[in-house]
Amino acid sequence: MAFIEFNNICVDFPIYNVNSRSVKKRLIQVATGGHLGIDQTGCVVVRALEGLNFTLKDGDRLGLLGHNGAGKSTLLRLLSGVYESSFGSCRIVGEIGSLIDISLGIDPEANGRENIFIRGGLLGMTKSDISKKINDIIDFSELGNFIDMPVRTYSTGMHLRLAFAVSTIVRPEILLMDEWLSVGDEGFRHKAEARMSELVQSASILVMASHSRELVMNTCNRAIWLEHGKVRMDGTSQEVCAAYFG
Amino acid sequence: MAIVLGWKTPFEAFSELLQYKIETNLLMINNYIIAALSDLVATARCYALVGMLGWQDVRQRYRRSALGPFWLTISMAIMIGTMGIVFGQIFKAPLTEFFPFLAVGIILWSFISTIVSEGCVGFIVAEGIIKQLPLPLSVHILRMMWRNVLILGHNIVILPLVFLAVGKPFTLVAFISIPGFILLVVNLTWIALILGVICARYRDLPQIVGSIMQVGFYLTPIMWMPNLLSDRAGLYLLPLNPVFHLLEIVRSPLLGQFPTMNNWVVSLALALIGWVMALTIYGRYKRRIAYWL
Repeated sequence: MAFIEFNNICVDFPIYNVNSRSVKKRLIQVATGGHLGIDQTGCVVVRALEGLNFTLKDGDRLGLLGHNGAGKSTLLRLLSGVYESSFGSCRIVGEIGSLIDISLGIDPEANGRENIFIRGGLLGMTKSDISKKINDIIDFSELGNFIDMPVRTYSTGMHLRLAFAVSTIVRPEILLMDEWLSVGDEGFRHKAEARMSELVQSASILVMASHSRELVMNTCNRAIWLEHGKVRMDGTSQEVCAAYFG
Repeated sequence: MAIVLGWKTPFEAFSELLQYKIETNLLMINNYIIAALSDLVATARCYALVGMLGWQDVRQRYRRSALGPFWLTISMAIMIGTMGIVFGQIFKAPLTEFFPFLAVGIILWSFISTIVSEGCVGFIVAEGIIKQLPLPLSVHILRMMWRNVLILGHNIVILPLVFLAVGKPFTLVAFISIPGFILLVVNLTWIALILGVICARYRDLPQIVGSIMQVGFYLTPIMWMPNLLSDRAGLYLLPLNPVFHLLEIVRSPLLGQFPTMNNWVVSLALALIGWVMALTIYGRYKRRIAYWL
């Protein structure tokens, strides 16, 4: 049973190394990004998210739509627990897994096997968990003997295959994604696609930021359109896509 | 009397306000400490990850070199050898005494100063992980501590060699350095935790801390032995140096002497006061750290 409840959530980013006076002069609406403002102490703040209210229950597949800087990634990070909101309260029940940066933690000097342990450890798996699954991971990545070579010798595609194979081994209740992951050549792509579908299906709640109409229409049953950190529209994916993509 | 009955005197009002302030502040501090402790407990749960990342750091640095981490040992040994000969001559110290003293001092000092300077950037260098994964933040500080303990483990190999070379016997007293070392690590952890938090916000601080550590190296008896000081004034100032006490609880047992009661008391007091401070600061600001990076 997974559950997410956001109550009037705001996120402000303090920015310390800019001259607040020069920013004060041009506190105009900018085309991209959140609202710039000045807090009580005179520090420049960017309001990345403002007044977010929504609830997600089991079976919800939420698509996040919006321009660059609308607050999609910030919202994903808020959900993953990296950021804590500046105002408002949120309640998240369920184990969270994120597929936002699947290459994080990979050490190019270490070999593929060591990297599986590093990456798996960062994802919260224990050593024995990984040992049990390592053969599956290696088989899936199709890296063969390269698994014992340093990752710096890998091509970009091989690097991504390894990262993908490890990162998709976990089965979180709440899955966070920034665009659909697709890696590798023609043959691998099919396998990866199947793995991704399986991962998404096993998750109770999916939150995915995307710029693709088809993806949101096909995967999600609900969508939120963010603009300047505020909810512009919240509804079924059909409704929101129709309004957003026009 | 200008005070009307039923009114509080300004003094009473003030003391009541003060009491209220103190009570609410204590309550807040209590909450911060609980938040910080729960973070540390979460870190303790993923000790395997901390251990792996620490090893990983050491290995990564020396990945393609034949001798690997033992380069640390070699360069440390060369430094100790050179300094021992030069400063032994200058101070006209008996080599049997001075060489082990210098070796232990330098090895421990490099441990302390590396932790302090890496503690400053503990959260800054982990920006990538902090912004992507909701790991408890103290993982990054403990990873740094563990990495340095491992490096110290490599450097400690020099000690038996030095002791053999000058013919100084190891005594059983040396085992007292184990609790001493634990107390030193406990102290260094709170220092790294506080510095990590403050330096993530104020990026000039690591430079300042760097210079202070350099001064600390000369003010602490590492290159010079306190009993060689001719000027007694220096000796009166020595107990004011907290690093001296922390160093002494590990170094003097290794050299066959018991640390003084003073050394223990100061080190313990530092650990207690420091941890209360560190937990308060860390608990108060840990949720802001991701925003500062």
